[in-house]
Amino acid sequence: MRRFLLIAVPYLWLVALFLIPFLIVLKISLSDIALARPPYMPQLDLSAGWEGIRSFFAALDFENFRFLTTDDLYWKAYLSSLQIALISTLLTLLVGYPIAYAMARSAPEWRPTLLMLVILPFWTSFLIRVYAWMGILANEGLLNQFLLWLGVINEPLTILNTNTAVYIGIVYTYLPFMILPIYSALERMDDSLLEAAEDLGCSRMSAFWLVTIPLSKNGIIAGCFLVFIPVIGEFVIPSLLGGSGTLMIGKVLWEEFFSNRDWPVASAVAVILLLILVIPIILFQRNEQKQREAEG
Amino acid sequence: MAQTVFAPWEDPTEKPLIQFKNVTKRFGDFTAIDDLTQDIFEKEFFALLGPSGCGKTTMMRMLAGFEAQTEGQILIAGQDMARVPPNKRAVNMMFQSYALFPHLSVWDNIAFGLKREGKDKDKIAARVEEMLRLTRLSKFAKRKPHQISGGQRQRVALARSLAKAPKLLLLDEPLGALDKKLRQDTQFELMDIQEKTGTTFVIVTHDQEEAMTVASRVAVMDEGRIIQVSTPAQIYEAPNSVYVADFIGDVNIISGRAKPEGDKVAVRWAEHQPDIIGTTSLPFADGQEIHFAIRPEKVAISAEEPQDAANKIAGKVLDIAYLGNISTYHVELPTGHVIKAQTANTRRLSRRQITWEDPVWISWTDTAGVLLER
Ligand SMILES: Nc1ncnc2c1ncn2[C@@H]1O[C@H](COP(=O)(O)OP(=O)(O)OP(=O)(O)O)[C@@H](O)[C@H]1O
Ligand SMILES: [Mg+2]
Repeated sequence: MRRFLLIAVPYLWLVALFLIPFLIVLKISLSDIALARPPYMPQLDLSAGWEGIRSFFAALDFENFRFLTTDDLYWKAYLSSLQIALISTLLTLLVGYPIAYAMARSAPEWRPTLLMLVILPFWTSFLIRVYAWMGILANEGLLNQFLLWLGVINEPLTILNTNTAVYIGIVYTYLPFMILPIYSALERMDDSLLEAAEDLGCSRMSAFWLVTIPLSKNGIIAGCFLVFIPVIGEFVIPSLLGGSGTLMIGKVLWEEFFSNRDWPVASAVAVILLLILVIPIILFQRNEQKQREAEG
Repeated sequence: MAQTVFAPWEDPTEKPLIQFKNVTKRFGDFTAIDDLTQDIFEKEFFALLGPSGCGKTTMMRMLAGFEAQTEGQILIAGQDMARVPPNKRAVNMMFQSYALFPHLSVWDNIAFGLKREGKDKDKIAARVEEMLRLTRLSKFAKRKPHQISGGQRQRVALARSLAKAPKLLLLDEPLGALDKKLRQDTQFELMDIQEKTGTTFVIVTHDQEEAMTVASRVAVMDEGRIIQVSTPAQIYEAPNSVYVADFIGDVNIISGRAKPEGDKVAVRWAEHQPDIIGTTSLPFADGQEIHFAIRPEKVAISAEEPQDAANKIAGKVLDIAYLGNISTYHVELPTGHVIKAQTANTRRLSRRQITWEDPVWISWTDTAGVLLER
C-alpha cells in the first residue's frame, strides 16, 4: 500500500499538471472560434445528459489543424524555430564548453565561486536582462558606442531587431543550462585518465578528443537538450530582440492567442509544438537513463 | 655451461638504463624526493619498497614524465629526459589507481596504446588477444571497466601497460588487489614476460614477499631517500640499518654497547647477562652504540640448556603463535626483552614439547645475526 502511494504521487502530479491541461488545450484545438467568453464552441453541457455529451463530441473536428496547413506561415515558423534552436544550441555549446572546461580545471577552492557566478544572472528578472540587451545592442547602444570609440567601425551596426540579436539573447540566457551539465561531467573526470592517455602515446590534443570529449558526452547531450527544447518555443527573446523578419512559433502562438483571440488555432499550434518537442524530450530521457545505468 | 649471475650493477663498464642524478622533488616546501642518486640497469626487475608516502609513486611519475624534478637530472638510455613529454617516452606506466578509460571496453582499453602507434588492425587484434589470454580476461573483453571486479580491473591495467611492449615498464602496486594464488601466478607471468621481452621493470609494492620473489634488486625507501639497494637475499641477510632490517621481514633487535674482541664483536646489552657475540666487517669502537639484529628463524629454542652454542640466554615462553607450517615463540628474558624464535612444525601440535610459561633456552651461532651501527 505504501509503495503504491509512493508511485502514485508522481503520477498524480503528472496527471494534474500535464495531462489535464494538455487535454483541455487539445479540446480547445478541436473546437470552433466563437464571439463569446470563452471564445470557443462547444461547451460541455452535462445538464443535457447523454445527449449533451454526444452532441459535444460531434461538434469537435480537426478544422484548425487543416487550417494550419493552408497558410505557409505556420510551417515556416516551425521550421525557422527549429533552425534557430539548432543553431543557437550549437553556439551555446561552443561558448559553454570552454567555460565549463576552464571551471573544471580551475583550482578546487575556486570552483564554488565560479559556479555561483554562472548562476548569478538568475537572481535578476529575465525580462530585465533582455531589456538590458536591448540597451546594449541598439544602434546608439553601449556596444556600438564602444566600437565607434575604438574606431573599429565608422557607422553603428544594426544588431537589434535582427536574428543576430536573437542568437545573442538566446546564447546569453541559456548558457548556464549548457555549462552546468558539462561542468558536472568534466569535474567528475579523473585527471589520471589524461595522464594514462598521454602515457600510451596521445598528445595533449588527441587525449582531449579521445578521452575528455567522450567522457563529457552525456553532459554535452544533456546541455544541448536543455537548451534546444525550451528555445523552440521561446517567445520573449525573439519578440523583444528580434525584428519583423524573425519568425518563431512562440511569437506566432502569442499573436494567435492575444492579437487574433483565436484560441482554437492557437491551441492547435501549441499541440503540434508539443508533438514536435516530444521527440527530443524522449531522446533526452533516454540519454539520462543510459547515463544512470552506466554509473550503476 | 657456466651460469653467469645477472648483476650488471657490479660491472663498472655496464651502462645504466636509468640514471637519477641528485634528483630532488619538492611539492611547495615539502620534499618528496631528497637528493636521490640511483642507477637502474637494462633488464632489471627493480622493486621499490617503503612505507606509504615515502615517494615511490613520485619517483615513477618522474620517470613517466608526469612530474618534473625540482633539482638534478634524470637520464633514460643516456638521454636527459627533462624536455621529453610522456607520449614521447618509451615508457609505460601502470597507475596505482588503474586509470582505465570508463567509456571504453576492456578490449579497447588494451588496444588504446596500440592504436596510437598506427599499427594495422590485425596486428592490434592479435596483440590484444594475446594480452587478454595472458591476464585471463578473454571472457571480459566486451565489458566496460565498471562491469568487472577490482582484481579484474587491475589485470586490465596491467595488460594495457604491457601491450605496447615498452622498453621500460613502471608498475605501481600492480598486484595488490589480487588474491594470493592469482598474485603468485601473475608474479611468475611478469618474470616470464621480463625474461622473454627483456623489458626493464620498476615495480612498487607494499608486499615484501612479492619484492623478494620478483626483484633483481630491492630499494628500501624512507622519506624520499633510498636507504639500501641490494639483491633480495642481501637485503634480508645483510640489512645495512635497523630500519631496513625491521622493514623487511620479522626481526629481533637488541641494542647495546660494542666491545671488539679480535675478529668478533661483543654486544653488552644488559647487566647480569652474557654479552652477545657476533661477527662483522664493520669497524666498531669500544663503547660505541651497536644494534644486534637477528631473524626469528635463526634463533633456536630448546627446553634444555644447549651445550655448544656461541650465544644462549634463558627465558620463559610468553606466547606461541601457530602459523601452520611454522610456530613463533615469544620468549621473555629476565631483562624484559621479548625475543621471537621460529621453528618449523615437524611434529603434530599435540606432541609439542614446549608450552606457555615453560622455562626455555634460546640460542644462536655467532654468525646468525648482523651488527648494525644505526
Ligand atoms: N601533487 C602533490 N602535491 C603535494 N604533495 C604531494 C603531491 N604528490 C605527492 N605528494 C606528497 O609526496 C609524498 C610522496 O608521495 P607518493 O605518492 O610518492 O607516495 P608513495 O610512496 O607512492 O605512497 P603510497 O605507498 O601510499 O602510494 C607524500 O607525502 C605525498 O603527500
Ligand atoms: Mg604510491
